[in-house]
Amino acid sequence: MAEKDPRIGRTTQPVTMRVEFGKIREFAAAIKDDNPIYFDEDYARREAGGVMPPPTFTMTQAFWDSHSNRIELGMDLRRVLHGGQEFEYVQPVHAGDTLTARSSITDVFKKPGKRGGEMTFAVLETQFSNQRGEIVLYSRSTIIETAKPVEKKD
Amino acid sequence: MAERRKLDYAAVREGDELPKFEVKNLTRTDIVRYAGASGDFNPIHHDQTFASGAGYPTVFAHGMLNAGFVSKCLTDYVGRPNLRKFSVNFRTQVWPGDTITCGGKVTRKFEERGEQCIEGELFAVNQRGEVAITGSFVAALS
Repeated sequence: MAEKDPRIGRTTQPVTMRVEFGKIREFAAAIKDDNPIYFDEDYARREAGGVMPPPTFTMTQAFWDSHSNRIELGMDLRRVLHGGQEFEYVQPVHAGDTLTARSSITDVFKKPGKRGGEMTFAVLETQFSNQRGEIVLYSRSTIIETAKPVEKKD
Repeated sequence: MAERRKLDYAAVREGDELPKFEVKNLTRTDIVRYAGASGDFNPIHHDQTFASGAGYPTVFAHGMLNAGFVSKCLTDYVGRPNLRKFSVNFRTQVWPGDTITCGGKVTRKFEERGEQCIEGELFAVNQRGEVAITGSFVAALS
């Protein structure tokens, strides 16, 4: 049996992010979502207790981080793909909340590539808690390092 | 703004389809806007020289931008506060000029922890019928 990949269990320092109304609006516009729950504070207060971020908004957390706090996976950026993403919503999040994210590598495994070589898969789980210490969300990213640069199609 | 119609658990049937959401002719500007909004400036999504060097014909959309389009289709149907789980797998890239159609269907109704839930499948396809995203969701309607 293969030894456990040494990257499994690597964690980040906690990262704090403010959930800002302006950033929510900008993000919603970028995904072409005109839902008033992202834009209209009165409507959102009635419908959801306040403006909520779009379901994928917390992905922005990774970029609030300083580079020194990244988990080192030793992957070649030219060959890295985002394979999949999963969110579990535990408690509502609203504009004005302060979230603390804690990330760790929960799995690393290899599979043969379609054109030879090996593909590496890594699962990064991030747990978000709010300013009251309640867990509000889990996010799980599957990162793939392809075996070699993708060949240009003719 | 107009009130949105609420999805009624009793009226939902397994096999019901989500109303489709279409993004026509995705532009490089759309991709750059998402880079700015998300903070994801991986150059493969905006820098042609970098993308060519990595063997791609052009830049391509962030998987999470396409996931965002799917999430819009989903939350228009179930209502944003009702969403409990959302997951996507990225199957093929979305390129500038592509038209993306997002949809899905309800596959199961069930009750869990006192909540009336629906579970379903999601997809995004391009204008050639190639699947860019497959996904799934759980929403609580009670």
